[in-house]
Amino acid sequence: MTTANEYDVLVMGAGLAGMRAALAAHEAGARVAIMTKVHPVRSHSNAAQGGINAAMTDRGDEWEEHAFETVKGSDYLADQDAVEILAQEAGREILTLEHMGVIFNRNEEGRLGTRRFGGQKRARTFFVSDFTGQAMLHVLFEQLIKARVPVFEEWFVTSLVKDADGRCAGLVGFEIRTSQFALVKAKAVIIASGGLGRVFEPSTNALICTGDGMAIAYRAGAALMDMEMVQYHPTTLKGKGLLITEAARGEGAYLLNRDGERFMKRYAPNMMELASRDVVSRAEQTEINEGRGVDGCVLLDCRHLGRQLIHERLRQISDEVQSFAGIDLTKEPVPIRPGMHYQMGGIKTDVDGRCWEMHGAWAGVPGLFAAGETACLSLHGGNRLGANSLLDTVVFGRRAGRCAAEYAREVPTPHVPDSTVGMEQQAVSALLSRHANRDSVATIRHEMGVAMHTHLGVFRDQEGIMAAKGTLESLRDRYSRVGVQDKGRVFNTSLIRALELGFMLDCAETIVCGALLRRESRGAHFRTDYLYRDDEQWLKHILVYHQPDGSSRVEYLPVRLTRWEPKVRIY
Amino acid sequence: MITIFRIRRFNPETSPSMPYFQEYKLDTERADTVLDALMHIRETLDESLTLRCSCRGAICGSCSMRINGHAALACKTKVQAMASERGVVQVEPMNNMPVIKDLVTDMAGFWDKVRQVQPWLQPAGQEPEAEYLASSESMNHLTGVMGCIMCGACVSDCAALEADERFLGPAALAKAYRFVADPRDGAGRSRLLALNEPGGMWDCTRCMECIEVCPKGVGAMDRIMSLRSRGIQAGVPSTCGSRHAEVFADLIYRKGRLDEPMLAARTFGLQNLSRLLSLLPMALRAFVRGKVPKSGPLHRAIPGVEKFRRLFQRMEERP
Ligand SMILES: Cc1cc2nc3c(=O)[nH]c(=O)nc-3n(C[C@H](O)[C@H](O)[C@H](O)COP(=O)(O)OP(=O)(O)OC[C@H]3O[C@@H](n4cnc5c(N)ncnc54)[C@H](O)[C@@H]3O)c2cc1C
Ligand code: FES
Repeated sequence: MTTANEYDVLVMGAGLAGMRAALAAHEAGARVAIMTKVHPVRSHSNAAQGGINAAMTDRGDEWEEHAFETVKGSDYLADQDAVEILAQEAGREILTLEHMGVIFNRNEEGRLGTRRFGGQKRARTFFVSDFTGQAMLHVLFEQLIKARVPVFEEWFVTSLVKDADGRCAGLVGFEIRTSQFALVKAKAVIIASGGLGRVFEPSTNALICTGDGMAIAYRAGAALMDMEMVQYHPTTLKGKGLLITEAARGEGAYLLNRDGERFMKRYAPNMMELASRDVVSRAEQTEINEGRGVDGCVLLDCRHLGRQLIHERLRQISDEVQSFAGIDLTKEPVPIRPGMHYQMGGIKTDVDGRCWEMHGAWAGVPGLFAAGETACLSLHGGNRLGANSLLDTVVFGRRAGRCAAEYAREVPTPHVPDSTVGMEQQAVSALLSRHANRDSVATIRHEMGVAMHTHLGVFRDQEGIMAAKGTLESLRDRYSRVGVQDKGRVFNTSLIRALELGFMLDCAETIVCGALLRRESRGAHFRTDYLYRDDEQWLKHILVYHQPDGSSRVEYLPVRLTRWEPKVRIY
Repeated sequence: MITIFRIRRFNPETSPSMPYFQEYKLDTERADTVLDALMHIRETLDESLTLRCSCRGAICGSCSMRINGHAALACKTKVQAMASERGVVQVEPMNNMPVIKDLVTDMAGFWDKVRQVQPWLQPAGQEPEAEYLASSESMNHLTGVMGCIMCGACVSDCAALEADERFLGPAALAKAYRFVADPRDGAGRSRLLALNEPGGMWDCTRCMECIEVCPKGVGAMDRIMSLRSRGIQAGVPSTCGSRHAEVFADLIYRKGRLDEPMLAARTFGLQNLSRLLSLLPMALRAFVRGKVPKSGPLHRAIPGVEKFRRLFQRMEERP
């Protein structure tokens, strides 16, 4: 492909959010293309096991209840207008997916069946066995083939390009197979590049979840919001941190400590194992820290669920536990522990995915949109409910796609010099030409991950966060000198990992920045030196902006409340 | 445990760019997967070792490669289960597709074939206001095929594809089955008609490799067989393949054994003299090697064939 590429809307990322956005923009009549570093069906959305939430009003559920539980789950940091949209549009979106071909599980009447997920009283999670994300991702890819949307497949995006007026003008990236760079121009860009899980070690996230889009938007002048809000999932396997879906507890599995006690009764007597994730993870970590764990873990017990249910509804995880932990779910409890899972924070957007505010209430980049895990509206606030993320990707992916198409109709084609490509290319060449030293990208990444996990995990305090800050500074310095061994132009994954590390360091710094500032405990951000939620001071979002000298600037935005006044959270 | 990884490497940028094997020695632990080992090599011994991998959990389909000669997901394969007595594990890129570098193959052809089966739902009639009604069994049945992660393992090891690269191959055909078997899809007949063409469902040689190597239990070959019987049921015009299957079953029913000359005559048709004559050399070779029964080339029904037919009927009633 050559540099002559020009589109109305260009999407970075082909996960659920990216593909849903591209389809919506295509339906709205825009010329749209996607750039993605992996083939669309390899995107991380395929890892979502459990399901997708929706309150279907045509079968007696109430969207207000779903919205309230989302707000409560967020520890009141979610913007309630965005949550209302999410809950109201959920049902319609599920039906659209079903009509596209997703094979959701059915009940006896042949209608869509549901299961229960954490933080919610009603069963409103729709699912496809326990590979819901994969089933949705493959169907959206089918629709993409049908719509003939062009995909720059295995293209690695390195930066966002703006015109002389500061408007978004396209993306620069290179084809991994040839290292050939290109500027792909567009009137609107939608970043849908997923999460940043690998900033932590271990993490449930795939190796490609490196926060590229967040860093690219940040460097281009967009705000990153609430980055300190990092979710630890209660059930991950020891070692590599692979996830066991919350659906296991949704279907009735127990959490036990070393004495065989269902300890959640002491922490969340009503919701027990299905309290919100931050609550369950803290309970587990407390059990482990106080010596009631088993080898740094607690136990997930599925034995009483029965072989048939496990086979029909938890097949993928029973395979996973068998092959990765060597345990038969039907016979033995599985040792699990809290593990890094999801980034609630991200690129600040409004409810239509815009990364700028038309009246200037917050700054950003006109023409830039974001959706999915990389974006932050904020829907999930301090803690995301299980099965709300898939919903987020499709509802707000669609909205961003449509809005970007409309925006593109109104603005002229931006002018950018083709020399921008040359500059990017030079930066990469410079990295490649650095001589290898004793250090390596892999070591720096590992040290970053361990520091983040140690100091910004389930429990945090000033001292720890400062320690992480110090580590990041020295890693940043080492990063500026590290060399890449592979100097080739064909499929140079060594180079890609080096570029990803650069993005991850940016993300890590903003997480630390937010965590230092927020002197309270809210949702996933629990500070042992500030034990309580402080609505007077901290019912607000933290926005971090990148400064030309590499430092950051901070702004605050009040949380938008519509109908739910903050209350003490009890599960 | 010390393991030697014998990895087939290829870099098109070095000259001469011929594939070669390189060995890496590594201390592996009981629980390690082949992917763990490859990542360890890449991070500590040789950054240039190139492979695709992402999820580490057998769900993204990136890390298919041949391990000791058979396609598998590196992230789902334990080193311990693969190491030979001398502690050697051999790793090569997938077969039946061009290699880009080391263990990375070009899957463009794979996706072209998936595209050929028009892989999207084509419902008949008006879209309902709410969801399509569908039985729980039919949807559960589909999850079995929908579990396919498009990793390419089946295509890598497909014997029919090795002989004829026009064959759609197991992954694309399983994808086609996913729509043909979907009660919501209205294009079943036209899909079956398309699959009836050369390169389609009749080209599978039933070598079972795709079933063996599939990491997700999709059972591509079984799906292809289901497509064939649905094709016959739907009365798509008979091809040599479908006639072969029908005549095969009919002869067995009537004679209790296979009558090869009759099978050929009825499959190709007596008028197709040139095709039949082309089989003569094979028949002669069979005769020379003593593979033609003493009773001569014309086969009679076996004694007690009635009993056999009853068995056959019972089987038909209970598939
Ligand atoms: C194990 C696991 C289980 C989960 N289960 C659930 C669940 O049951 N329910 C639920 O609601 N949520 C679940 N989640 C969360 C949910 O899956 C994710 O938040 C969501 O799928 C993210 O989708 P996305 O479209 O934003 O990003 P992704 O699917 O991660 O896609 C990102 C895309 O961006 C592209 N990209 C990234 N960087 C670049 C670059 N530099 N250049 C070009 N392209 C790039 C990638 O190629 C990819 O296509 C789970 C998450 C995990 C980790
Ligand atoms: S890494 Fe995803 S399937 Fe192996």
